[in-house]
Amino acid sequence: MAKPKVATTSLAGCFGCHMSLLDIDDRILKLVELIDFDKSPINDIKKFTGRCAVGLIEGGCCNEENVRVLQDFRNHCAILISVGDCATMGGIPALRNNIPLQECYDEAYKNGPSVHNPSGQIPNDPELPLLLDKVFPCHEVVKIDYHLPGCPPPADTLWEALVALLTDKPVDLPYTLIKYD
Amino acid sequence: MSDTITFTIDGVEIQGRRGQTILEAADDAGVYIPRLCAFKDLSPYGACRVCTVMANGRPQAACTQPIAEGMVVENDTEQLKKVRRDIVEMLFVEGNHFCMFCEKSGNCELQAMAYRLGIAAPKYPYLNPKREVDASHPDILVDHNRCILCARCVRASKDLDGKNVFQFIGRGPHKKVGVNAEANLSDTNADVTDKALDVCPVGALLRKRVGYAVPVGKRLYDLEPIGSDIEAKRAGQEK
Repeated sequence: MAKPKVATTSLAGCFGCHMSLLDIDDRILKLVELIDFDKSPINDIKKFTGRCAVGLIEGGCCNEENVRVLQDFRNHCAILISVGDCATMGGIPALRNNIPLQECYDEAYKNGPSVHNPSGQIPNDPELPLLLDKVFPCHEVVKIDYHLPGCPPPADTLWEALVALLTDKPVDLPYTLIKYD
Repeated sequence: MSDTITFTIDGVEIQGRRGQTILEAADDAGVYIPRLCAFKDLSPYGACRVCTVMANGRPQAACTQPIAEGMVVENDTEQLKKVRRDIVEMLFVEGNHFCMFCEKSGNCELQAMAYRLGIAAPKYPYLNPKREVDASHPDILVDHNRCILCARCVRASKDLDGKNVFQFIGRGPHKKVGVNAEANLSDTNADVTDKALDVCPVGALLRKRVGYAVPVGKRLYDLEPIGSDIEAKRAGQEK
């Protein structure tokens, strides 16, 4: 039987959660015995090759591309997991949520202390994904099956949860592995 | 008339003293009832409702309800755990709780309560309110983003410090902790030694320049859930 496939992505995140996944150290050898990676920055596969057992989502949704990728993951993955505080609650990008979008643009491209932009233009290329008015946690956009909070979630949290799911055991993590920081 | 009152919590017989609340008697007996606004040196307030128990079949705040002879209290039931989870989740979405950079993280009672109740992410939509930070005082920081309106600082400033630095202003979603001055905390007689700073369950009232002193892994709630100290008392009594 073919190994189950796992896909991962980083939306409005910092790749810290992917770093934490790599932090499982030599257990990554056991992991590749259990699974194949599909679309993921780890193997640089850009498009889904088929159905996946598990999708790991790092980061929340701050722009339209994030939403499309997240919906793509929901369509391809049997189980979708929000990994990290950005995916579960918006995280650092969500600090802009109570500031109007125009003010964010002005600060980033016009008025910021280190900005030099005499023309006062704000980047508006059709290739750039449009920002959403707010940063949304993943479960406010699609159905999410599991949440693993943490900034980042410890490597043990990711390992224990993945192994439990892939071996059909309940995801019942000890107290020390579910933390918000 | 005897001063000892016998009642039960989740079927276990508990002895308390006349005049005690359910919460106080439970604490003495080593039974932990989750709470956020109740604090041992402060008068009962009944603001957060996290300590809601069923007393003789009615929902009551354990921190304000006195014990009575033969009272039947339910505490650790699925129904009440759901009520408490809902309340704590609402507190999380109602404010701006960014644990990842908060100085209080690891020692925060709101966060610890969410851990104990098994909340991985709140089911309610985040409100992302716009709240103020008052850093005017040389030694104290007030961050309203993290405030859960437990009134501990209000009570401690009045009753323990004898100062009345903090008071609630506004109603409903506009309610917030105000300071006893025209504008800022620096205009009050608040001092870095005030007990009001020690009782804040979250990172809304902080002393400046002392954050992150304890490493991750050694903070109050890193290894043991909140309430473990109280429950350890019972384990000791049973031996």
